[in-house]
Amino acid sequence: MTELKFEAKDLSRTFGHGKRQVTAVDRVTFSIKDREIVSLVGQSGCGKTVLAKMMLRLEAPSSGELKFDGRPIGAESDPRKHWRKVQAVFQDPFSAFNQFFTIRSQLKSSFTLFETKPSDKEMEERVDQALLAVNIKPKEVEGKFPFELSGGQMQRMLLARIFILRPQVLIADEPTSMVDACSRASILDYLMKLKEELSMTIVFVTHDIGLAYYVSDSIFIMHQGKIVEQGPPDQVTQSPSSDVTKQLLDDIPNVHRPWIERVA
Amino acid sequence: MADPILEVDDLRLHYLTRFGEKIHAVDGVTFELQKGEILGIAGESGCGKTTLVSGLLGLYIPPLHHTSGDVRIDGKSIIGMNVEQNREQVLGRQVAMIPQGALNSLNPTRKVKDLATDMILSHEQGLDKKVVYERLRERFGRVGLDAEHVLNSYPVALPAGTKQRVVIGISTLLNPKVVIADEPTSALDVSTQKAVVRLLFELMDQEIISSMLFITHELPLLRHVSSRIAVMYAGEFVELGTTEQVIFDGHQPYTRALMGSMLSAEPGQKTKRPVAIEGAPPNLKNPISGCRFAERCPVARLDCPSTKQVLRIVAGREVRCKYAESTAQTLGDMGASAP
Repeated sequence: MTELKFEAKDLSRTFGHGKRQVTAVDRVTFSIKDREIVSLVGQSGCGKTVLAKMMLRLEAPSSGELKFDGRPIGAESDPRKHWRKVQAVFQDPFSAFNQFFTIRSQLKSSFTLFETKPSDKEMEERVDQALLAVNIKPKEVEGKFPFELSGGQMQRMLLARIFILRPQVLIADEPTSMVDACSRASILDYLMKLKEELSMTIVFVTHDIGLAYYVSDSIFIMHQGKIVEQGPPDQVTQSPSSDVTKQLLDDIPNVHRPWIERVA
Repeated sequence: MADPILEVDDLRLHYLTRFGEKIHAVDGVTFELQKGEILGIAGESGCGKTTLVSGLLGLYIPPLHHTSGDVRIDGKSIIGMNVEQNREQVLGRQVAMIPQGALNSLNPTRKVKDLATDMILSHEQGLDKKVVYERLRERFGRVGLDAEHVLNSYPVALPAGTKQRVVIGISTLLNPKVVIADEPTSALDVSTQKAVVRLLFELMDQEIISSMLFITHELPLLRHVSSRIAVMYAGEFVELGTTEQVIFDGHQPYTRALMGSMLSAEPGQKTKRPVAIEGAPPNLKNPISGCRFAERCPVARLDCPSTKQVLRIVAGREVRCKYAESTAQTLGDMGASAP
């Protein structure tokens, strides 16, 4: 399977005009293969979220081209057609859910994205299955509202939605940064499960190269809007060619390695 | 060694819900912070870390109430004051906090100098504004900022890293005896995190900060920050020892589980999968008689849920586990991960 999901050529996105113009994504060229987990790694403000939003058709490119399945994104008039295939998980699960409706009803309402809704019974069953897939007993969230669950549980609810919709591509934008260190591992496990069981292509956006190393088949390092290095995780982490990558690796606190030299 | 600046004595705090139920969020915490020491407190969300911070600041704003126990700074108790007295005598001077969301904790409608002046004037009334401004300029310079420019800017105009320095600068304006950093880096990317920790070290070297409590859920970070670590679970300390003892040789199964759930980008570590801790911490509404971690503990024995666990000294550190001596052995036999 060497089919390409995304292809970008000289893709740029700028904001503002004249003196105040900011280039968030600066002429990037890359391709993402089918059934691959690709990590976009970089510091805050390096343009990784803007790039992810362009793949989601939430931002339009300023110049260059971005193709999905061989066709330019944005060629269709109805963005919903794109969202049936490409879905997202964001950083803050609490802002992604409406506080005034139960979680279950919101999970069920995600079926409205499809052209034809399945029968009520089938929808209920698929919600149950999705909840079980993220290790939550359907009874635990019965009648509950988003604010009644912990951050880790809510993040799993967002992933349950992905298990319901089964898109071809999942864009996960910092899904672990609001989550406790000890539930982080389980979120990563679900991403790998989505890839293995539903053969999904996953774009994982993170600032932690350690997490990227753990899940991905390929890592893109971004800095100031450009992709400065890309390659398989072992190559990127063991023999980094770019200073940005070295810096990112160096900044992770690791128990076996000195981190900050201190005089006192 | 025995020169404590902060003494916490069997502190118990509870929240009173609107249904009249008590939630015992901090349940019998005892420790000492020595002068010049950094003590790390680690634990997952909801274990009572932030409640403990409110308790140490003496800020009992309902629904949080003080149940029993004492907090002494430099030998003087800070319990039993009202909010006004506390603000005047304790906050900022005795103990100051560096908040979690440093980026959103500055009032966007006021200039940095006004925010900082307020801080000084609320403690030392009647000072001339010019004198205060000079002091601010000197201090902000020492925090590594372009003082003149920063003081006359609005917070929104400053980049994230600078804002972080401003917040830390304002928190430490009055040279507090104890600084509490409550997850100061959890919203930041790894590179900014390193810069913040470096700044805190600089301030300690300059003796602007003398003793610090560093609260986080990232154990690997504490490896480089603190000299001792306390691991907190469900309102109690479950292990308290030196950094080496806790990180490399935890005797409480929870400490081990917390370490096992962390991952690092060490080459060749891909095979060693981090293991999440399944389940959720217990509900603290009702008093719990046995071990609080028993339900999630991989090596729990039959009598764990019913036996009262006390902190005792095992292998040179305090541990709250009846079977602490054999933890390493049992977990090792099960093939569970050691760091």
